[in-house]
Amino acid sequence: MNAHAGSHESAAAAGAAPAAGAAPDYLNDGYGIKSWLLTRDHKRIAILYMFSVTFFFFLGGLMAVLIRLELVTPQGDLVQPDMYNRLFTMHGILMIFFFLIPGIPAVLGNFLIPMMIGAKDLAFPRLNLASWYIFSLGGLFTLWSVLHGGVDTGWTFYTPFSTTFSNTYVVTTALGIFIAGFASIFTGLNFIVTIHRMRAPGLTWFRLPLFVWAHYATSIIQVLGTPVIAVTILMVALERVFHIGVFDPAQGGDPILFQHLFWFYSHPAVYIMILPAMGVVSEIVAAFARKRIFGYRFVAYASVGIAVLGFLVWGHHMFTTGQSAYAATIFSVLSMLVAVPSAVKVFNWTATLYKGSISWETPMLYALGFIGLFTIGGLTGVMLATLGIDIHVHDTYFVVAHFHYIMVGGAIMGYLGGLHYWWPKMTGKLYPAFWSKVSALVIFIGFNLTFFPQFILGYLGMPRRYHSYPPEFQVLNVMSSAGATVLGVGYLIPMIYFTWSLRYGRRCAPNPWGAVGLEWQTASPPITQNFAVEPVVTTEAYDYSAERVRAAQEAGRA
Amino acid sequence: MFRTDFPLFPEQASTLAKEVDSVFLFGLGVAVVFSLLIAALILFFAVRYRRRAEGDVGQPGHAPAVLEIVWSVVPLCILLFMFAWGARVFFHASRPPADAEEFFVVGRQWMWKFQHPEGHREINELHVPVGRPIKLTMTSEDVIHALYIPAFRIKQDVIPGTYTTTWFTATKPGVYKLFCAEYCGAEHSLMSGRIIVQQPQEYEQWLYGAKGQQGMSLTGAQLFDARACNTCHRPDSDARAPYLQGLFGRQVALLGGKTARADEDYLRESILMPASKVVAGYQPIMPTFKGQLTEQDVLELITYIKSLGSAGQAPAGREAAGGAAPGGKGR
Amino acid sequence: MREPDAHDAHDAHGTAPAGAAVHPPHLAHHFKTLEQQSESVAFGVWLFLATEIMFFGGLIMAYILYRIWYPHDFAAGSHLLDIRMGATNTVVLITSSVTMAMAVWAAQVGRARTQVVYLVLTILLGSTFLGIKAIEYTHKWHEHVVPGPHFAWHGPDAPHVRMFFNLYFTMTGLHALHMIVGIGLVAALIPKCWKGRFGPDYNHPVEGTGLYWHFVDIVWIFLFPLLYLIGRH
Repeated sequence: MNAHAGSHESAAAAGAAPAAGAAPDYLNDGYGIKSWLLTRDHKRIAILYMFSVTFFFFLGGLMAVLIRLELVTPQGDLVQPDMYNRLFTMHGILMIFFFLIPGIPAVLGNFLIPMMIGAKDLAFPRLNLASWYIFSLGGLFTLWSVLHGGVDTGWTFYTPFSTTFSNTYVVTTALGIFIAGFASIFTGLNFIVTIHRMRAPGLTWFRLPLFVWAHYATSIIQVLGTPVIAVTILMVALERVFHIGVFDPAQGGDPILFQHLFWFYSHPAVYIMILPAMGVVSEIVAAFARKRIFGYRFVAYASVGIAVLGFLVWGHHMFTTGQSAYAATIFSVLSMLVAVPSAVKVFNWTATLYKGSISWETPMLYALGFIGLFTIGGLTGVMLATLGIDIHVHDTYFVVAHFHYIMVGGAIMGYLGGLHYWWPKMTGKLYPAFWSKVSALVIFIGFNLTFFPQFILGYLGMPRRYHSYPPEFQVLNVMSSAGATVLGVGYLIPMIYFTWSLRYGRRCAPNPWGAVGLEWQTASPPITQNFAVEPVVTTEAYDYSAERVRAAQEAGRA
Repeated sequence: MFRTDFPLFPEQASTLAKEVDSVFLFGLGVAVVFSLLIAALILFFAVRYRRRAEGDVGQPGHAPAVLEIVWSVVPLCILLFMFAWGARVFFHASRPPADAEEFFVVGRQWMWKFQHPEGHREINELHVPVGRPIKLTMTSEDVIHALYIPAFRIKQDVIPGTYTTTWFTATKPGVYKLFCAEYCGAEHSLMSGRIIVQQPQEYEQWLYGAKGQQGMSLTGAQLFDARACNTCHRPDSDARAPYLQGLFGRQVALLGGKTARADEDYLRESILMPASKVVAGYQPIMPTFKGQLTEQDVLELITYIKSLGSAGQAPAGREAAGGAAPGGKGR
Repeated sequence: MREPDAHDAHDAHGTAPAGAAVHPPHLAHHFKTLEQQSESVAFGVWLFLATEIMFFGGLIMAYILYRIWYPHDFAAGSHLLDIRMGATNTVVLITSSVTMAMAVWAAQVGRARTQVVYLVLTILLGSTFLGIKAIEYTHKWHEHVVPGPHFAWHGPDAPHVRMFFNLYFTMTGLHALHMIVGIGLVAALIPKCWKGRFGPDYNHPVEGTGLYWHFVDIVWIFLFPLLYLIGRH
C-alpha cells in the first residue's frame, strides 16, 4: 500500500517499537468506563460501535433463527402470524439499520481511515462520539419497541399499511430509525471532510487505499440519501399521530409516493452496505496476493460510479406498482448500468490474483468467498432488473435470496474478513488460525445451503413474508433452515475465538501479514495519536515490492 | 411427511409464461457462465500462484486500458441485450389486447373478490375460459396487495385509491394457485386462491349455471337511478351536470382550462371526489359519494358508464361538443 | 438541532505531542494548522447543509406533486394564508441574514462589541419571525384549518384542502424548528464574542453558524412563494 521513503523507515521503526517512555497504546491510554464513554479517539469509538453492532447482529440473528424454524413446516405452527410478521420486520430493521449500515463504516472505517491517510484522528472527534450516542439512542427506541411487542410492517414500512392499518409500535420504531440516521449522516460527513482535508503529505487522491475510496463513495450516499429517508419516516410518524394524509389514499394521498421516497434512500443504502465491504476486499486481496490491485484507478472510479448511479435506480423496486412502462424502462436500463462498475471490480480482483503470491490466510478465504458470492448476488440482481423476469420473481424468495447474497454473502463476509485482517491491529492479539479457517468454510457452506434453495423457491413462485406456504415448497424450505443452522454455528465460532483471543491470544508483531498499508506502519495496537511521527508518502498504494515487504516484515518483527 | 415430488420449475400455463421463461433462462445462463468463470479463475489462480516462500511477492503487472474497456463493454452489451429483451416482454405483459374481456378484482384484508363482466361474483376463486385474453382491472379496499399467479408469470400490485390492470391468456385447463405477493398484514400468507381454467363450453355452462346473476352494467344502471344520478346527468339542456353518453375515453375540458382523459381513474375520482375535476361549464354541485359506495358499487357504475359508449364508438359529431353534454336519446 | 460540531475543533483538549511546541490555543490536537482546521469546519458545515437540502427536498417534492394533482384545492387553501404576514416575515428574515453577515464580518476583523450587537439584532429579528408565525398559526386555529379534529372546511373538496394545510404546517413547522435551533446557536456564540475570542485567525464558529442561518433563510425564500403565492397575480 502506501509507502514512504526516507523518513518513513524511521517513522515505522519508531511506531513499531513501543519504546519505554513512549506514549501508551490506545487501549492503555486511560482506564475505566469513563475513559471509554467520553473518549474522542476514533479507535475507541470504533470499538464502542463494534460492541453495539455485534449486539444488534446477534439479536437480529436470533430472529432469523426463529423465522427459519417456523418455515420448517408449511403450516404456521411455531408462532402466530402476528408474531411471525413482527419477527421478519424486526430482523430486517435490526440487520439493515443497526448492523449492516453502521457495520463496516463505523467500526472498520472509523478505526482505519485516519490511520490509512496518516492523520491523528477524524476531523470532528466530538461529532464522532456524538454519532455513537445518537446511534445508541436510536437503538434504545427500537429495542423499546421490540420489548413492547415490536412492529409488523416489514422493514419497508409500506403505506397505507404502516400508517393506517398496523396497530404495532410503528412510531417509536420509526423514531429509532430516524435518530440512528443522523448517526450515519455524521459518520459520512466526518469521513468526507477527513479524507479531503487531513491526508498526510504526499498522499494524493490516487495514492489512497481503495478502502478509503470505497468509504468516500459510501459517505456521499450517507450524507445525501439519509435525510430523505429521515423526512419520509417523519411523515409516516406524522401521518400516524396527526393523520396528515400525505400517504393515505382515503384522504387523497398517494401511497406510491411513499415508495418513491423510501427507495430513493433505501436503494442507495444497499450500496452503503456493500461498497465498504468491497473496500475491505480490495485491501485483503492486495495484501494476501502481495500485488497492487489490478486496474486501481478503475476500481476507485467504480466505487464513485456505483454511488452516483445508485441514486438513479430506485424505481426498479416498483416495477409491479403500475408505474408507467416508460419509467420502468428507464429504471431498468439504469439498473443495468450499475452492474458494469460492479463487474469491473470483480474482474479486477480476479486479475489481481494472476501471478500474485497468494497466501491462504483466513482474511483471504473470506475475501475470496466474498467475490464468489457477490458475483452470484450481482448476476441475480441483473436478472431482477430485467423487466420481463421481475414481473414473475418480484416479492418472491428469489428477491430474498438475491439480497442475502449481496448483504450476507457480500457485506457480512467483507465485515468478517476485515475483522480477521485488522484484529491484530485493533487488539494486538492473534486468533487461532485453524479455527478461523474452519469458521470461514462453515460460513461459506452454511450460507449457500441457506440461500441457494431460496432462488428455486422464488422462481417456483413462493412469495416472501409468508408465515405458511403450500406443501410442495417444504423440501427446499427444510434445506434452507438446515443451512441456517450451519450458518448460525459458523457465526458463533469467530465470536468465541475473538473473545478468547482478547485474554489468551498470542501477542502479535505489529505487522503480522507483512502488509504495506500505512495503518501497518505503526504499532499494533496503535498509540492514541496513531503515529509517533507524521508519515510522508512517496509511492503509490499497494507497493508490494520485495524490498518493501521485507522491510515491513523486519519492522513488524521488531 | 415430506412431499418428495416437488417441482424445480413452475408450470407454464399462459401465453406469457413461455416468454418470461425464455428471458429468464437466458439470464440464468449468463449468471451460471459468469459465476463459474469467476469461481474457476479464482480457484485456479489461488492454487497456481500460491505463496511458496515467506518473502515472495506478486509479479507487478500493468492493467492495459484495453482490457478494462473489453470487460466493461462486453458485459454492457450482454446487459443491454437482456434489458431490451426483458422490456419487450414487459411491454407485452403490461398492454392488454384490445379484445380482452374485462374482469374486476377487489382486494381486501384478506380475500380476493372477483367479478365477471356478466356480473357473476366469486371470492378467492376465479373461473376463466382457456385461450381467451382476460384483462383484470383491480383496486383495493384497504392496503396494497399484489395479485400473483405464478403459473401465468403475472404479478400486479393492487392499490387503494386507483386502478391497476394486468392480463393473461390461459393456455391449458387446470387449477392454478393465486397468491397475494405484497405484504398486507397478519394473514398475508392466507390471502391466496385458485384460478380455474376451463374449456370454453365448460366455462359457459358454469357461468350460466350460476343463477340470479345479472350483468355488471345492469346493476350499475340500477345504482345510477337509485342514487338519483339521473336527476342531474341527463340529456336535456337544463341538465346541471354533463350527460355521460359516449364519455368514456374522451378528453374532457375542465374548469380552469385543463383537460383530462375520461378513463377509469377519472370516473372513480369524479364519483368519490367530484370537486377535484369539474367539467367546464358546470358548477361544482355534485355531492361526494365517498363512504357511501363500496369499491364494488363504483366498479359497477363505471361499467355502466362505459356501456354508454366510448370515444371510439360514439357516433360522429359527438366529440365536436368538446366535453359539454351532448343531446340524444334518454336511457 | 443537528449543527455539526462547529465548536468541536475549538476544544484544544487532549494531549498535544511533546514535539509540537507552538500549538495555538484554538487549534485542536489533531489538526496541523489553523487553516486546515477552519477549512475543515467550513467544509463540514457545507456538507451538513447538503443533507438539510435533501431533507427539505423530499418534503418539497411531495408538496409539488400534490399541488400539480390538486391545483384548485391547493389554491383555495393558499388564499386563506395571510400574504402580508408572509411577506413581512420574508423581509424580516432577509434583514436578519444581513445582520448575521455583518456579525461574521465583525468576527473576521475581531470587533467584539460589534459582533455582539449584530448577533443580538439577528436574534431579535429571528424572534420577530417566530412571533409573526405564531400569530399566523393562531389565526389558522380560529379559522379551523389546523389539521386534527378541530379542522373544518365547508368548500367542496375538504380532503385536499386539508392536505394543503397538513403540508403547510409540516413544512413551516420544520422550518420554525430550524429557526429555533439557529437562535439557540447564535445565542451560544454571544458570551464568546463578548470575551473577544474571535478574530482574524479564529472565527469559524461564527462563520459556520452564519452559513446555517443563511440556509434557514433560503429555505423560507422557497417556502414563501410555494405556499403563499399560488395562483396570485
